[in-house]
Amino acid sequence: MADTYQEIIFWVIAVVMVVAAFRVVTTRNVVHAALYLVATLLGVAGMYILLLAEFLAWAQVLVYVGAIVVLMLFGLMLTRAPIGSRDYDNDQRLPAAIVAGVLFAVMSWILIDAFEGMKVDLADPELARRGIPTEAVGDSIFSNYVLPFEAVSVLLLAALIGAVLMARKDEAPPPTQAEREA
Amino acid sequence: MPISFFLVLSALLFSIGVYGVLARANAVLILLSIELMLNAVNINLVAFSAVMGSAVGQVFALFVIAIAAAEVGIGLAIVILIFRNRQTVDVEDMSLLKW
Repeated sequence: MADTYQEIIFWVIAVVMVVAAFRVVTTRNVVHAALYLVATLLGVAGMYILLLAEFLAWAQVLVYVGAIVVLMLFGLMLTRAPIGSRDYDNDQRLPAAIVAGVLFAVMSWILIDAFEGMKVDLADPELARRGIPTEAVGDSIFSNYVLPFEAVSVLLLAALIGAVLMARKDEAPPPTQAEREA
Repeated sequence: MPISFFLVLSALLFSIGVYGVLARANAVLILLSIELMLNAVNINLVAFSAVMGSAVGQVFALFVIAIAAAEVGIGLAIVILIFRNRQTVDVEDMSLLKW
């Protein structure tokens, strides 16, 4: 029974996500695209909860919905994209659709073929008891994967400084010695 | 439920992202499509982590989230810089290096 609930919830979230994702890449209004992305990202968070990854789900909500989408909206407004007034697509829509369709067909065929028998069963008491607690994720980050973790920290710092440096408006040149003394 | 549900869903999201990157002309909308692709990869990682009973998939999904945040920051800074210099974010207009 639990399995069917899981499947019902999966299909509801999956349909919402896919429709919203289609709207992200097809809508004519850039702000709507960002807001549809929010629906897709929340759906991904729902998928994480379905897969018993609750910490990751909240990280997803905080980082993606809370920070990245807001950053995107800032970007849209700072670049003063003319909202809804013109087409945002280039003239490669048909080839792009063909490439995406072929990619989806090949990937889903390979994935279904390779992982046919594998199941994730929430009704299984063993999985529900064992799960993957946040504790295990933290242990894993700070024992086996501490080096990539540090690398990510340094990367984030570099990205932060780089973004500030690049997006900053050029100021007037610093005053010369003579001006300062005057 | 079969894990292939999650895998096919993520393949679909990834393909939609690929379509967005190829068909969109506005640089910020291309960045949005890249986010779709990164999320598709994350669903895969977490699905396999649940099946294998291993935390490693979730660890790498967290790394992907952190790197996506860095990527968006730098990407938007570049887009804003291009806008300031050329008054456009249309990638079709950025053909200076095109032969």
